[in-house]
This record gives sequence, C-alpha cells and structure tokens, in this order.
Amino acid sequence: MIGGFLGPLAAEIFLLVAICVILIQDAFSYDQEREWTYRLSQLALLISGILVATGMPANDQVLYGGHYRVDTLALLLKLGIIVVSMLALTFARPYILTRRILRGEYFLLVLFAVLGAMVMVAGNSLLTLYLGLELMSLSLYALVAMQRGNRQSAEAAVKYFVMGALASGFLLYGMSILYGVTGSLIIQQVAQIGLASEQQLLFQLGLVFLVSGLAFKVGAVPFQMWLPDVYQGAPSGVTAFISSAPKIAAYGLIIRLLSDALQPFAADWQQLLSLLAVLSIAVGNVVAIAQTSLKRMLAYSAIAHVGYFLLGIIAGDSQGFAASMFYILVYAFMSVGAFGAVIYLSFEGEEREQIEDFRGLASRNLWQATLIAFLMLSLAGLPPFAGFWAKFEVIRAVALADQIWLAIVAVIFSIVGLFYYLRLIKVMFFDEPEQAATVKAPRGLRFALGACGLGVFFLGIFPGMLLEYCLQAFNG
Amino acid sequence: MITLTDYLIVGALLFSISVAGIIINRKNVITLLMCIELMLLAVNTNFIAFSRYLDDSAGQIFVFFILTVAAAEAAIGLAILVVMFRSLGSIDVAELDELRG
Repeated sequence: MIGGFLGPLAAEIFLLVAICVILIQDAFSYDQEREWTYRLSQLALLISGILVATGMPANDQVLYGGHYRVDTLALLLKLGIIVVSMLALTFARPYILTRRILRGEYFLLVLFAVLGAMVMVAGNSLLTLYLGLELMSLSLYALVAMQRGNRQSAEAAVKYFVMGALASGFLLYGMSILYGVTGSLIIQQVAQIGLASEQQLLFQLGLVFLVSGLAFKVGAVPFQMWLPDVYQGAPSGVTAFISSAPKIAAYGLIIRLLSDALQPFAADWQQLLSLLAVLSIAVGNVVAIAQTSLKRMLAYSAIAHVGYFLLGIIAGDSQGFAASMFYILVYAFMSVGAFGAVIYLSFEGEEREQIEDFRGLASRNLWQATLIAFLMLSLAGLPPFAGFWAKFEVIRAVALADQIWLAIVAVIFSIVGLFYYLRLIKVMFFDEPEQAATVKAPRGLRFALGACGLGVFFLGIFPGMLLEYCLQAFNG
Repeated sequence: MITLTDYLIVGALLFSISVAGIIINRKNVITLLMCIELMLLAVNTNFIAFSRYLDDSAGQIFVFFILTVAAAEAAIGLAILVVMFRSLGSIDVAELDELRG
C-alpha cells in the first residue's frame, strides 16, 4: 500500500489516475461498443472499492490542514457509493448499447461523479464539501443530457442544471455566512466558536439558506419540482445512477454540515427538517398514486423516501443518524434495482416505462417478475425485506426522540404508499400480457437485477451486520 | 466609510436579483445562465467582504475555487443549451413543458 502523506487518499488518487488512463484508452479506441472502456471502468471502481476497504486507519483522522477526514462514516458511505455505481453501470450497459448515446463518455462521467461523491463524504471543510459536490453535480448534468436528439432528455438536463445550480448557490450563500460568523472553513472550528447575541440572527439566516440548499439537492418538498421531470426525462440508465449514489453522498453532506458543524443549533434545523420531512412523505406518497409512468412513480416515491430518511436526522442522536444511514444505503440499493426494472423491459431500444407495459410479466418471465416484486415490496417497507428494517429503524429513532407525531405521520403515509407499489405487482402477476413471448434480457442485466432483488431479501433477513456497522460509524 | 454591512447588503441585493431573475424569467435560457453566474458572484462578494473583515485569507481562496467552478459550470450550461437548441429548435423557457404530471 502507498503509505505516508498521501496514504489515506489512495482510493481517490487511484480512481483519478484510472479515469485519466481510461480517457486516453477511450480516445484511441475504434470499437463502436467501447467494450474495454466499460470493463476498465468497472475494474477501476472495483479496485478503488478494495483500496477503500483495506486502507482504513485504526482511528478517525483529520488530514491535510483539516480539510479531509477519514473515518468509519466516510468508509461505509464510499463503499456504498461504489457498490451502487457498479450496479448502475451494469444496468446501463445494455441500455445505452441500443440507443444513440456516446458510450465511452458515459462511463467516464459516471466515474467522475463517483470521485466527486467520494470527496464529498470525506470532506471536513466547507471548501472540500463544495468541491466534491460540484464535481459530482457537473458530471451528472452532462450525463442527463447524454441522449442527444431526445427532447425529453434535453428538457430534463436544462431543468436539472438550473435547479442544481440554484441549489449550489443557496448552499454557498449559507456557507459564506457561516464563514463570516465563525471565521473558519473547518467543520470542527465552525462547531466550536461561541456566538455573540447580535450575530445570532445572521447565523440563523445562513442556516435557512444552508438547509434549503440541501433540501433542493435531495429533492425534499417544497423544493422537489425538478425531481420527477429529471427522473422521467433522463435516460433510464442515468436515472438509476442519479437516484442512488448522489443520495448517499448527500447524506454525507447533511451529516457533516448539520450534525457536525451546526450541532449547537440542532433545535433550529430540526424544526426546519421536520417540516420538510412531513411534507415530503405526504406529497411524495399521495402524488405517486396518480402516476401512470413507472419512472415518474418511482420519482415521487424517491421524494417520499427522502422524507423518511430525514426522520432519522431529526432524531438528532447517534442512534438516529445510524438509522438514517442504514436507510439511505438500503434505499440506494433498492432504487438502483427499481430503475433497473425499468431498463429490463426497454433494453431492446424501445422505451417501455409505463406501468401498463409490465402487464403479465410474470407469465413471460416468472423469476424476473418475482425479483421486481421483491424490490417493490422492499420499497413499500414490508417484512421480510430490507426496506422494512430501514423504515422501522428511522421511525423507532424518531419515536424515541419524543417526536411521536412524526412517527405516526410516517406510519400512516407508508400505508398509503403501499397502494402504488402493490399496484405494479398486481399488474405483473394478475393481468393478461399483451404479447406471450418470453423476455430474455442480456446477461449483465439479469445478473444485476438478481443481485438487487436477492440483496434486499438477504439484507432483510440479516439486517444486523450492516446496522451494526452504521452504529459503529457514530459511536466508534 | 464603507463598512462590512454595506458589502453584505450589496451581496444580498445581487443574490436577490439573481433569484428573482431565475423565478420571473420566462424568456430564454441564456438569461437563466447569467442569473446563475450573478448568484455565484454575489456569494463571492460576501466571501471577500468577510475575508477582509476577519483578516483571514481562507475566504479569498474559497473565491478562487468558486470562480473556477463557475467557469466549468458555464461551459456545461452552454453545452446543455446547445443540446436543447438542437432538439427543440429554440431556447425558450416556455418550450420546456413536455415533462409534467
């Protein structure tokens, strides 16, 4: 292993070098399908995942003048990001092969986004967090626009870009006020400095900007208007990616900013977040019922899930943060799988994203329909799937923090949410198929869907280990 | 004498103008891009004012990074604009109405 000064950065440096190598390889490649670019991208992700897992120091470290941090939280989030990105790439491969999307650039942009996300979850100063966030977001804007010549893709890209930039602006404005009041960019110093009373108002203004910027980024109501359009308009392979890895990274950002830097003001941001969480859960679950497009339905369900995962952060103790972390990791995994199900039907080049298109899938391919049903039941939060434990933990955390009403709202709306997930299962298993031909998807697609479907099942039966790691990230 | 407060007021005004521009503008996407740039410049004003007031150079360094990111962001924004013009044939904000529900 590379020791010394740059040792803790081994995974990020490796990924960056690998990206440069793949970029050159791609430029000299004559292969229309870019088989090697794809394989090298997966390999680069795999090796950086191994480097992250093996390069863990014995204790938490704050490095490089306080701008970077290596701890269990960053380690777990990085691993989560890498795993879901590899799955998203596996799903995207057959999807982009049958469409007019630049192949090599697609993988490279995903790698850059992963690098940005990895920097973001390990950032320990406002500067590192911002740079990681922008590296990730800028790659994602370009990814959404990858399907040139498609009206919806272009429209989604413009909306995503404008809203993302607006969110960054809000976040930065909040950061500038934070810097002005506390005089430091380093998270720990921001948290320590005591406040004179005349600065209190300015500080709270900054806090509001910060929270709204974060809410914009994760798509919590009332800052959610871009999210369904972007999820629907983006190519499905990209949607699978933007609905998973960036959510994990956003969790890292929220923890670093709110729980680490703004701990003294917990009461203030908890109030703001409670409002966002309740609205997100309610609006997401109710509007999702009215959707006919599966992508759009999953987008509204994503808004609802953001609300649930905010519950754990509102609880405000290490138990709550761990529950929330478990939730976002499990959700990212389920979400990749669910959008993989959309890709599963449209790998031949036609877009088949309506719920109608899933009619009678069980009689065309029983095993794959069962896997998709597993994912839907898990998203709905039914036992014995992973989604149940995720919901259970956050609701328990918020109830233990004496916010009983939040827990009750969450439970009621998850029953409402059950309806639209079960509707897809009903359509798949009990409706007559339009055509009788069995669906035979490419091997990569079947593998990834199997990994997601069985993954949520096994995580649901043995949730203990991942949960234990999540707790360790905050207690250790 | 120009005080810190004056700079902050300028920053806040610039920021409000850019947010208003993004929300009110119904004409074309280039205006949106300009508003986004203006927003980042408003933040830069804030950072520099604070940096000077606190006598701490970290804020000015942050501004360098923001300027760099803003340049990259403008490049990607214009690229997306070109994609939009090619497939929609216009850069009207009002044309962006296909995705809804």
